[in-house]
Amino acid sequence: MQRTTMDLWVGLFVITGIAALMVLSLKVGNLNVYNPSQSYVITGNFENIGGLKVRAPVKSAGVVVGRVTDIQFSTQTYDAVVTMSMDSRYLFPKDTFASILTSGLLGEQYIGLAAGGDEAMLKAGDKIMKTNSAMVLEEMIGRFLFDKAAEDDSF
Amino acid sequence: MLKHIVPGIQNVGHRVIESIWRLGRASRFFILVLLKSGTSLRRFNLVIRELYFTGVLSLIIIVVSGLFVGMVLGLQGYETLQKYGSESAVGTLVALSLVRELGPVVAALLFASRAGSAITAEIGLMKATEQLAAMGMMAVDPIARVVAPRFWAGVISMPFLAAMFSVMGVFGGYLVTVVFIGVDEGSYWSQMQSAVDFRFDILNGFIKSCFFGVAVTAIAVFEGYDAPPTAEGVSGATTRTVVTSSLAILGLDFILTAFMFRGVS
Repeated sequence: MQRTTMDLWVGLFVITGIAALMVLSLKVGNLNVYNPSQSYVITGNFENIGGLKVRAPVKSAGVVVGRVTDIQFSTQTYDAVVTMSMDSRYLFPKDTFASILTSGLLGEQYIGLAAGGDEAMLKAGDKIMKTNSAMVLEEMIGRFLFDKAAEDDSF
Repeated sequence: MLKHIVPGIQNVGHRVIESIWRLGRASRFFILVLLKSGTSLRRFNLVIRELYFTGVLSLIIIVVSGLFVGMVLGLQGYETLQKYGSESAVGTLVALSLVRELGPVVAALLFASRAGSAITAEIGLMKATEQLAAMGMMAVDPIARVVAPRFWAGVISMPFLAAMFSVMGVFGGYLVTVVFIGVDEGSYWSQMQSAVDFRFDILNGFIKSCFFGVAVTAIAVFEGYDAPPTAEGVSGATTRTVVTSSLAILGLDFILTAFMFRGVS
């Protein structure tokens, strides 16, 4: 019976293939880290988002608590509307402070949340009122030079 | 002067028209294979037999080349990244380049030369020795009995082979950078896991390899079925299979990448 050994090999082949896909998605990828089915969506308006991109992490105390799902430009307020999908295990007070930060010197940008002291929690569809824009290098250098010039004048 | 130019232009025109004819035949043949694949899916034993020849026997070359490609990526990536003091990102480099591009593409190129050429040679020789005609005489449809099982076996085995290639590559990169050079093991895996996304990287790589599987096996079975029934014809068809499917893989890869990763960082 040649057929049965062949079946065995093909079965092994398929199992190895599926195992390879599982290894890729679980060990190499981050399938288990973040489950979007249990999440709630909040938005925040930022004056300048710098290099923030869709899929960037939302972190609080360094822990990933959500992801940026959408970035739009609003013609009513002329600023950026960032939509975040948050893990529903983590609730934040209404007066949470959101700022755009950079991981490392040249790393990717993410949204950092600092919890406030409000009793009421942010619900799905709510908007974060307190935001802080991204640091833009040119503005920072400009401000530094301006301060320097003002300092020199005073002497 | 004109005597020499006119036949040259005629020759070019003849080749262009001939290739358009072939493309039309190939498309019609592809539709025919899809229409007649119902029988081969019902008699799945035929597909399993071909899976053994195209999939299982390609395992060795896929696994070994995946391992070596990963090891080279690890070495080269380490050499470059340690200049910037970020050698812990080598896991990200190895995993992303394998899962997104090298896994599907190199596995498909190997598959085309390992299994695609074999399929063409087999079908071409069957045609040359009039086995296909004999089947037709016995009211057995050669496309349903011979071509469709080979086509489906190739389509099924290609994504699995690409996934194994990527896994072996990641393991090879781990072997070189972590075990031999001494990059921190934790940062190798954790940086990789935070950078590789399931939907955007792994699923897109999987979709790519499915497309490549269809392209390679469709080209291979068509070239075999269309080969002139001579020894020379079969050898020419085998060469054409490897050349055409390699070009098709690289061209398709560009188109798919442009669709998948445009606007996504």
